[in-house]
Amino acid sequence: MRRRERMMDDLDRDIREHIAMETQDNIDRGMSPEEARYAALRKFGNVTRVKEETRDVWSLVWLEQLWQDMRYALRMLRKSPGFTAVAVLTIALGIGATTAIFSVVDATLLHPLPYPKPEQLVSIIDDLPGVGAKDVGISVPEWHDLQRSGIFQYVSPVGGGSVNLTGSSQPERIFFGAVPPNYFALLGVKPQLGRSFDPDDRTPGFTLEVLISDGLWKRAFGGDPKVLGRNIRLDNDLYQIIGVMPAGYRDPGRTTDQRNTEMWAAAGFAGPPAPPPQRNLRILPEAIARIAPGLTVASAQSRVDALVSSLRKEYPEDYPLQSAWKVRLVPLKESVVGDTRQSLILLFGAVGSVLLIGCVNVANLLLARASARGREMALRQALGAARKRLISQLLTEGLLLSLVGGMAGLAILFCAKGFLVRLVPDSLPRLNDISISWGVLLFALGASLAAGLIFGLTPALHSGRADLTHAFKQEGRGSTGSGEQARTRRVLVVTEFALSLVLMIAAGLLLRSFWDLLKVRLGFNPQTVMAVRTWLPDPNDPETDIYRTPAQQAPFLREILRRGRTLPGVEEVAIGDLAALPLGHNPTDLNPQALILEGREIPGKQAPLVDATMVTPSYFGLLGMTLLRGRLFAEFDDEKAPGAAVINDTFARVYWPDGDPLGKHLKLENARGTTSDPSWITVVGVIADARTESLAESGDPKIYLSLFQRQAKDLTIFLRGRLDLGATPVQLREQVQAVNPELPVFGAQTLNEIVSASLSVRRFSMEMVGLFALTALLLAGLGIYGVISYIVSARTHEIGLRLALGAQRGNIMSQVLRQGLSLAIAGAAVGFVGALIVSRLMAGLLYSVRPTDPVTFAGVAILLVGVALLACYLPARRAMKVDPIAALRHD
Amino acid sequence: MSTKEQRERIELLQGTLDLLILRTLLLGPAHGHAIAKAIEFNSDDVLQVEQGSLYPALHRLIKRGWISADEGTSENNRRAKFYRLTAKGRRQLAVETGKWDKLAGAIAHILRPAEQEGES
Repeated sequence: MRRRERMMDDLDRDIREHIAMETQDNIDRGMSPEEARYAALRKFGNVTRVKEETRDVWSLVWLEQLWQDMRYALRMLRKSPGFTAVAVLTIALGIGATTAIFSVVDATLLHPLPYPKPEQLVSIIDDLPGVGAKDVGISVPEWHDLQRSGIFQYVSPVGGGSVNLTGSSQPERIFFGAVPPNYFALLGVKPQLGRSFDPDDRTPGFTLEVLISDGLWKRAFGGDPKVLGRNIRLDNDLYQIIGVMPAGYRDPGRTTDQRNTEMWAAAGFAGPPAPPPQRNLRILPEAIARIAPGLTVASAQSRVDALVSSLRKEYPEDYPLQSAWKVRLVPLKESVVGDTRQSLILLFGAVGSVLLIGCVNVANLLLARASARGREMALRQALGAARKRLISQLLTEGLLLSLVGGMAGLAILFCAKGFLVRLVPDSLPRLNDISISWGVLLFALGASLAAGLIFGLTPALHSGRADLTHAFKQEGRGSTGSGEQARTRRVLVVTEFALSLVLMIAAGLLLRSFWDLLKVRLGFNPQTVMAVRTWLPDPNDPETDIYRTPAQQAPFLREILRRGRTLPGVEEVAIGDLAALPLGHNPTDLNPQALILEGREIPGKQAPLVDATMVTPSYFGLLGMTLLRGRLFAEFDDEKAPGAAVINDTFARVYWPDGDPLGKHLKLENARGTTSDPSWITVVGVIADARTESLAESGDPKIYLSLFQRQAKDLTIFLRGRLDLGATPVQLREQVQAVNPELPVFGAQTLNEIVSASLSVRRFSMEMVGLFALTALLLAGLGIYGVISYIVSARTHEIGLRLALGAQRGNIMSQVLRQGLSLAIAGAAVGFVGALIVSRLMAGLLYSVRPTDPVTFAGVAILLVGVALLACYLPARRAMKVDPIAALRHD
Repeated sequence: MSTKEQRERIELLQGTLDLLILRTLLLGPAHGHAIAKAIEFNSDDVLQVEQGSLYPALHRLIKRGWISADEGTSENNRRAKFYRLTAKGRRQLAVETGKWDKLAGAIAHILRPAEQEGES
C-alpha cells in the first residue's frame, strides 16, 4: 500500500518533467514556447487517463474481485430467501451459543486471575501424607520461613470469615479477609481511593486498618469519598477505613464466600487474637504467594522441597517423620478454577459440536443448491471462468452466509445476555465478570470464518471438479447429481449422526447421574425446614466478648429457641453452627478438631482430624436424622453437665471397628490451636450417616457436640413448620434483635433450596448439554430429511419407471427407508466409538452411572434411529405416492 | 464507448510496448522522456508512441519486478526517475524477444505464403 502511494506521488512530478523536457526539445527545434508546450501535451496524450491507468496498475485486483464476488453472493442469497433464512438462522444459533459458552470459559478458565502477571501466583498447600491429612494449613513460623527463603516475592496467608459490621442502619454480616499487610502488593492491585496496607508493616496482631470493597462502599456508605478515616466496628472492635478497592476487584478464593470478600484487615498473625507463634500450630488455613521473577512453578517447587527437608531436620520434634510434612505449590489459577474445569470443557465441546453439526447442515444445503446450480457453474466455466474464480465465488458465498449468521448470533447474544448470565450458577468460580469482551468478539469472528470455510469449501471443491459435458447432459433431466457429490452428502449426514450420538450419550449420562443424585437418600428430611443465619461477634479482645463461654452463650440460645417457637406456623426450632447446615456450608466452614481417644496412643504424634458440629438437642429431631444406637442430646446435656457427643455411623466404624462406641471417652482439641478443652467427652449415641457435605459423597466421620457445652459463633437457626418465606425471616429477625439489636440476621433459605443449590453446577451442565444434544438431534434429523428428500425428488423419474414396470409401492418405500436407516446406523456406529472416548473422559462428572452405561447407550441409539426413521418417512411416502404417468411425462 | 475502444487498442499495444521498453533499457538506465525518444529514434520514427501510455507500462513492469526505478538527475539538471533493467527483466527480455520472433515469423508466413514457398 505504501509503495503504491509513493509511486503515484512521483508520477505527477514525472509527467510534469516529461512534458517540460518535450517542450524544451520542441523549443530547441525552433517552435515558439506556446506552440512547443501545446505540441508536447498533444504528444503525451490524456494526462488524466494516463494517471488513472497507472493507478489501475497498482490497484488491488483481488479486492475488486472480492467486491464483485460479494455483490454476486448477495444477489444469490437474496434470490433464495428461504434457503438464506434457514442457513443464517442455523449459523446464528450455533455461533451465538458457542460464543455464549466461550464467554463463560473465557472468564473462568482462560482468564481466571484478573491480576498482573498471574502466572507467578501460586497457592501454597501443606499436606501430611503420612497421616492421610491434606491441606492442613500452615503455621506462622513456616510462613516466615517461606517469606525469607528468597523463592517468593511475597507470601500471604489468607484467613478470614464472617464478621458483624455495625454502625450502619442495619447490622450487616460481611465476609472479611484477614491478610498480611503485603497482600495487595502480592496481587498487584491498588485501591481506587485511599491507600493500601504498608507491605513492610510488622504489627504482630491486627493493624486496625481496613480496606473495603467497592460494593460495600456504595451499599453501606453511599459511595461517600469522605469514607476514608472513618471508624467502623467489626465484631465490636474499632477499625479505620483507609481505602476502597476498585469496582470489579475480587479476591482469588476457592469458595464463593471468599471470592465475595468485602473487607480486608491486615494482621501479622503473631499477636492477639492469634496465639503465640508455634511451629506445629497451623493457624493459617491457606496461603498464596508470588514466586520470584525468573523462577517457574516447578523450579520454585524443587527449592521449596529442599527448604522443607532442611526444616524437618532442624525441628524433628515439630515434624515427626511419620507425618511426612510436604508443601505443594499449585498454580493459583488451578486452585481457583477447581473442579469446574471438566464441566466447562464438556460444555464447550458440546456447543462446539452443535456448531459443527450446524455447519454440516448448511454445507449440505449449499451442496444441494450447488447441484441445482451445476448448469450455471458449468456455463460460467465454459465461458472461460477460471476454476479458481469459481471456487472463490462459492467460498465468498459461504463466508458471507457465516458472517451474516455470526452477526445475527451476536445480536441474539447481546439481547439475551442478561438472561444467560443469570443461568450461570453463582458457585461457578469467576473473578472476572462474564462479558462480551474483545476476546469473545474475536472468537465469534474466528468461529464464523471457520464455519464459513467448512461449509463453503465443500461445495466449492466439488464445483471445481465439475465435468462440463456431464453437467450439461445431466441437467434438465432428473439426476442425483454427480456420484461424488451424493457420496459427500452421505458422509456429511453420517458425521452429523455420529456427533449427535456422542452428544446425546453425554447428555444421557449426565441426566442419569443427576436423576440418581436427586433420588439419593439424604439421611435428613429437608421438607418444610428453613434455615436463617446469625453471627455472634468475635472481638479481638476476649474481655469484650459477652458470649465468650458456653455458660455465657446458653441463656441467649434458650431465649432464641423460646422466641422462635412463638412465631406463627413454627413447630420446632433448633440452633447449630454453620457446619450443621446440611449442604449449605463450604469445606472451610467446618471445624476440624484433633481427636484424642482415651487409652489410645496418638499415631505418629499427629492426631487424626475430625469435623465437629455443634447443635442444640432439638436438631436431630427437626431434621429427621435416624438414631441407630444410644441416645440423642437431651435438655440435661447443658453447660453444667459432663460433655456428651453423638457420632455418625462412619465415625463409629472408623474408630471402633469392632467395639461399642457408646460410653467411650474422647477429647477434641482445636486443630487451629486457639483453645483446648481439657475435659473428656462421652459418646452417648450413634446416628445414621447423612449426606451433609455433598450429595455425591457418603459421609466422612462426623461428631456432634451440644451447643450448650461448646459455643460457636456462626449460628444457623433451623425452623420447621408451615412457614411463610417472606414473613418468617423478618419475624425471626425482630425476635433475635429484640434479644441483641447488634446481631445481623441473614441468609434465610429453605433447606430444599439449599439442597437444590448444591447441585447447581451439575444442573447447569446437564441442562446445557441436554439442550445442545436436542439441538444436535434436531439438526441431524433435518439433515437426513434433506438428503433423503433430495434423493427421492431426483429419482422421481426412475421411481415412476419402476412403478410403471410393476414394482410394489411398499418395496419403493422400504427401499427409501433402508437408505436413510443405513446412513443413521453408520453414523451411530462411528458415534459409539466417539461416545466411548468422551464418556470415559467425563467419568469424573458422573455419579453412580458407569461411563459405558448400556441403558444410556442403547436408549440413545434407539432414539436416534427413531428420529432418522421419522425424518425419512416423509420423503419415503412421497416416493411411494409417485404417479408413474406424471413422472414419466415430466421429461 | 470511446474509452473502451481506446483501452482495447492499448491492450493490443501492451505486450509490444513492454518489450520495447525492456529493449531500450538494456542499453542502460533512462528516464521516461528519454525512453520515449529512444523508441521513436530507433524505429526511425515509424513507431509513434503516445508518450503518456509509457507510464502505465513502466509501472506495470516495476510491479512485476522486471525494472526498478531510482531517483536521479537528468542531463539538464532536472530531478527525474531513472528506470533500470533488473536481472529478472533481462531474463524476461530474452523470453519475450524469442516469443516475438516466433510470432513475427508465423505472421509473416501467413501473410506471404507464396514467397515463402518459393524460397523453400
